[in-house]
Amino acid sequence: MVSFIQGVLLTLLAAVTIAIVRQRNLFGVVILAGIYSFLMASVMIVLDAVDVAMTEASVGAGISTVVLLAALYLTGSREYPSAHTAAVPLFVSAVTAVALIWGTNELPRFGLADAPIHRHVAPSYLEASAKHEMPPNVVTAVLADFRGYDTLGETTVIFTGGVGVMLLLRGRRKRLKSGKEGKEGRA
Amino acid sequence: MKLDLILRVGAKLMLPFILIFAPYVHFHGDYGPGGGFQAGVIIAAAFILYAIIFGLDAARHIAPQGLVERLVPLGVLIYAAAGLPAMLTGQGRYLDYGIFGHDFLHAHEWGILIVETGVITTVASTMLAIFYAFADRGRQ
Repeated sequence: MVSFIQGVLLTLLAAVTIAIVRQRNLFGVVILAGIYSFLMASVMIVLDAVDVAMTEASVGAGISTVVLLAALYLTGSREYPSAHTAAVPLFVSAVTAVALIWGTNELPRFGLADAPIHRHVAPSYLEASAKHEMPPNVVTAVLADFRGYDTLGETTVIFTGGVGVMLLLRGRRKRLKSGKEGKEGRA
Repeated sequence: MKLDLILRVGAKLMLPFILIFAPYVHFHGDYGPGGGFQAGVIIAAAFILYAIIFGLDAARHIAPQGLVERLVPLGVLIYAAAGLPAMLTGQGRYLDYGIFGHDFLHAHEWGILIVETGVITTVASTMLAIFYAFADRGRQ
């Protein structure tokens, strides 16, 4: 049953991706990207990664869609056909895809219990969590406690991203205004 | 859009539930899915919905842009400051939570809560500040 649901979701993901590539109306592309994120969130739920699913649904399908729509409002919603041929991008994509698929040969089988990722630090987190009778969602304990430095770094990344957007979108307008005033002053 | 009755009433019905759901996700993160990051995004989504339906000026009246932009670094500072007590009193290393309570569980729950408060502050204000920045540009 789980593999059937996974199959349906992954097929829909592929269909949405093809639709995004073929779509020229950018408004449609943004909505399709939102649908893609919701499908991805469903895949995460099937994989029992509810925390990731929640983040994907709220950030990927929610905030990203709003910000992209706001960007469309500024730029216009029609994609013009490219003047160049698609040969070079197609070649780069094909090589990357082959490299990625070739790389999956080295990965442990999906869902294997003694894969390296499950044997590195994860057992000690689970042991510590059980030993001290910590609350059941180990994800929160790992993020905010065992790996507190990483989450501090992630929060700083969000801060940096926000400051970057504010500098790009707000700072420029002020500079344009002051630039005009400067010219007028000189004239 | 300001005259669209169905959207206005629909948004007004949904907003209180969104605003209650956010602290639930924040404080219940130890037991269910979610935490500061997801809760911050949900809070920002509530304000963005309000801004889309009732206009940017109405949203700015509730959440002033200057305040939102000051909260962005404040969250990082809350998180970074949570590590200092243990280090300064010499009871542990940076971001050790042992100092926040008498037994292990109590101390670590408080530590996680303080840290997540920093995360929720930065995430919610950053998302809202980005939206304000985009919406501002579109108006001129």
